[in-house]
Amino acid sequence: MISKLMKGLVYASAVFTFGMLAYLVIYILINGVRFLTPSLFAWNYSTSNVSMMPALMTTLMVVAGTLLIATPIGVFTGFYLVDYANRKNPVVKAIGMATDTLAGIPSIIYGLFGMLFFVIFLEFQFSLIAGILTVTIMSLPVIIRSTEEALLATGMPIRQASYALGAGKLRTLFKVVLPVAMPGILSGVILATGRIVGETAALMFTLGTATNLPGSLFASGRTLSLHMYILSQEGRHVNEAYATAVVLLVFVLVINALSTLVSKRLAKGGK
Amino acid sequence: MLNQKIKVRDLKLWYGKFEALHGVDLDIYENEITAFIGPSGCGKSTLIKTLNRMNDLVENCRIEGSVELDGKNIYSKKVELNELRKRVGMVFQQPNPFPKSIYDNIAFGPRTHGIKKKNELDEIVEKSLRQAAIWDEVKDHLDRNALSISGGQQQRICIARALAVEPDVLLMDEPTSALDPISTAKIEELVMELKEDYTIVMVTHNMQQASRISDRTAFFLNGDIIEQDMTRQLFTNPKEEQTDNYISGRFG
Repeated sequence: MISKLMKGLVYASAVFTFGMLAYLVIYILINGVRFLTPSLFAWNYSTSNVSMMPALMTTLMVVAGTLLIATPIGVFTGFYLVDYANRKNPVVKAIGMATDTLAGIPSIIYGLFGMLFFVIFLEFQFSLIAGILTVTIMSLPVIIRSTEEALLATGMPIRQASYALGAGKLRTLFKVVLPVAMPGILSGVILATGRIVGETAALMFTLGTATNLPGSLFASGRTLSLHMYILSQEGRHVNEAYATAVVLLVFVLVINALSTLVSKRLAKGGK
Repeated sequence: MLNQKIKVRDLKLWYGKFEALHGVDLDIYENEITAFIGPSGCGKSTLIKTLNRMNDLVENCRIEGSVELDGKNIYSKKVELNELRKRVGMVFQQPNPFPKSIYDNIAFGPRTHGIKKKNELDEIVEKSLRQAAIWDEVKDHLDRNALSISGGQQQRICIARALAVEPDVLLMDEPTSALDPISTAKIEELVMELKEDYTIVMVTHNMQQASRISDRTAFFLNGDIIEQDMTRQLFTNPKEEQTDNYISGRFG
């Protein structure tokens, strides 16, 4: 009797979760796709044609810039924490705790910090660079943690095998451990990408909301999410906001699919 | 005349505050199989790890005393660690091939030590796999992932991998305890062939195994070597009562 009840509950939860997701996607598609006109992809934004093209390009720039900075720092921090640091060292423990705390902080706090530090204190103004640096800090914990987990999961035996053959630490890390840990690290990077694409609060007061493509690192712009947020907030272009949502949705789905594909491909290749 | 390969003198080892070896003396001779026997936690695995300094990887591990390989202390500051491990290879309890192709597993060691040419590597791979008596089983699929073959085969791949860097000494830490009887028999046979070219040190839980294949045996108990002698001597006519009790199965 109880097991039947449980079974029903489990099924209901699954159906509910999936139903919500399906409803959301379908709702956005129905309301968005018909407004997805070619003019929305015009190179320039104007008040009469709220093109999302500059925002699309800015999104790509923010993602590229952030990953360029955050990936090496995050991955190397992960290396350090797992293969170099003494786990019992208080400094290392502090880094670990800081990473976890950073991961749990609401993004608006990052936005506030970014504004106070990059925009005002360092006088970057609302700019691409201020936005990128802010979301870099935000995505670091994701990359560090996933790198750490991926490295830990490779385990001691293959490291020992490598050391026992006379391979040094660096060679062991790069030739033995890293190939195995790669899918995990990559999925962390892709996960971070997803967060960046979806981010608004941390970018609004750092990247700013300028409508055109930023001409330099020190110019303001807006990402797709911000673009959508502002369009719907202003209330004059709600349809275009839905159209933007469709593009954003496709973006995120592609990123997720990519992540799955990459991990599977790498796991199977298993080099 | 037998050549002494490894000489351990008054070796003490601590894990943190725990003293795992209390001043051990041991002699290992060239082209012989030396077996370490004794109950769990008696220090035999600990000692074998000091012979290629794998204990360096263990946090808070400290040693005193000396381990000489061909008359030179391997714990001296002048010793190049990777060079030492090239000369003293190791095979572990659990087969631990890299998740790479069989070929890349074997070629990893030689590549580490600077061999890059394809034809040289090909030669080493074939030779090592033949030495490990697994060439015929894998020669047609060297590009297969080493994890896709059976545990017994994986262990022989690991032996071949260790041989590929041409060590003098091969340390084997319970190499068959994770394997089935048929694989175990194959590896025992293999080890007996390998002693022609290598000095072999083997930790084993299995007393029959020690008496079957080793030339010399050291019996460990609670961090001391109680007795070391020619295997036949030690098993038929032990000098110490504790050895007698252990080999006749009264404890351990």
